[in-house]
Amino acid sequence: MEKKKKIVMDPEGIDRSLTRIAYEILEKNKGVANLCIVGIRTGGVYLAERLKNKISKIEGIDVPIGILDITLYRDDLRMGNKKPRPEKTDIPFSLDDKKVILVDDVLFTGRTIRAAMDALIDFGRPRSIQLAVLIDRGHRELPIRADFVGKNLPSSLWESVVVNLTEKTGMDEVIIQVSNV
Amino acid sequence: MKFTKKDILGIKDLTVDEINLVLDTAESFIEVSTREIKKVPTLRGKTIVNLFFEASTRTRTSFEIAGKRLSADTINISASTSSVVKGETLIDTARNLEAMNPDIIVIRHSAAGAPHMLARLVKQSIINAGDGAHEHPTQALLDMMTIKEKKGKIAGLRVAIVGDIAHSRVARSNIYGLTKMGAQVIVAGPAMMLPRNIEQMGVSVYDHMEEAIKGVDIIMMLRIQLERQQQKIFPSLREYSNYFCLNRTNITLAKEDVLVMHPGPINRGIEIAPDIADGPYSVILDQVTNGVAVRMALLYLLTGGK
Repeated sequence: MEKKKKIVMDPEGIDRSLTRIAYEILEKNKGVANLCIVGIRTGGVYLAERLKNKISKIEGIDVPIGILDITLYRDDLRMGNKKPRPEKTDIPFSLDDKKVILVDDVLFTGRTIRAAMDALIDFGRPRSIQLAVLIDRGHRELPIRADFVGKNLPSSLWESVVVNLTEKTGMDEVIIQVSNV
Repeated sequence: MKFTKKDILGIKDLTVDEINLVLDTAESFIEVSTREIKKVPTLRGKTIVNLFFEASTRTRTSFEIAGKRLSADTINISASTSSVVKGETLIDTARNLEAMNPDIIVIRHSAAGAPHMLARLVKQSIINAGDGAHEHPTQALLDMMTIKEKKGKIAGLRVAIVGDIAHSRVARSNIYGLTKMGAQVIVAGPAMMLPRNIEQMGVSVYDHMEEAIKGVDIIMMLRIQLERQQQKIFPSLREYSNYFCLNRTNITLAKEDVLVMHPGPINRGIEIAPDIADGPYSVILDQVTNGVAVRMALLYLLTGGK
């Protein structure tokens, strides 16, 4: 069966959303003082990189950027047969007293963010953790919300939302499709 | 790739893909040990028993730290303080431990095959931390990880293993591992310490150190195991070190960027000169650091999801 695919964000749309989020981050935090960005592997890492570049273009200052792999903090390691391979975490600075912008591509159940927040706390005591996502597709299973959202995308549970980024798949687009069940 | 092994008994049973999976996974765990808070919640609620029937500092501590950094509960049992001194057999000890429901049993025993017997007997995962003169798989994995980290590859490298090959489980596991990964392995030692037909393991054999280390990328020195030699197999330590001690003279025969490895504990001045053990070619302490990461990776792969 052919899968029904719909493009919900094109390259320009993604770029405009990230530009807006960069301005919103600066507005809310009144500049870049104590700010740092942490991207969640894998999609969040590229978006974090782009946000960092946008912020440095606007403010002329590079904010520190880190990479977080949440595998070791997952709550489903005991279940099923999957044994996901942990990748490297790289946060080369202390998070003590930092305002951390946590970046991911899609906000869905909230479980990834829960794991990511537990992991961040192991790197120090941030002054705040703020969440930036490109897509919020709903269906939260935990009391978690995003501070900065590129696009709210109401979706059904049998649909899947895929964020393709140039760095990973060669093109920028967000698609929604019926996942094969 | 999925890791489907229940136990880690020897490198002989591992495929190249499985070795690579362990090494890649271990690389991701290095970072955890460099944090200020050196703990992740991955193995919360898991119990790991370290059952050591032989003396050990490095391996036992390394397994204990690996377990603790993954939030598992680790329990250490050494033969001298256990019911073994009251005459309990290994099988009974294992059955009793099994009844307390641990998840992984790490065992070191002087009898080759002891971990294999336990693996058949109990439902828990067994990790061999050294069985007699047979295998020491976690040591070989950490050695391969260190080589890969420093040289960027294993395939195509020339590795000389020097010392008491016959009594060395480290040598045996490394020969299995390194040849599987495509390295060229050379062993050297006094004739009495070279097992008969060792060539069949795919290695070249020398009874002179100088020929063996000529142009090699890695020199792996083995410890002279005084405790395993009831019968004297060489006249004196001094004579041994005259012929088989790695020192600043003979090391020049190897490649300029040679790595010097040793599984520890080192006998300074017997198989390795102090200035070489502490010198710029030595990666002996990197091996120890990587040992924790390799063991974290194995604990993770053996427990994550059933």
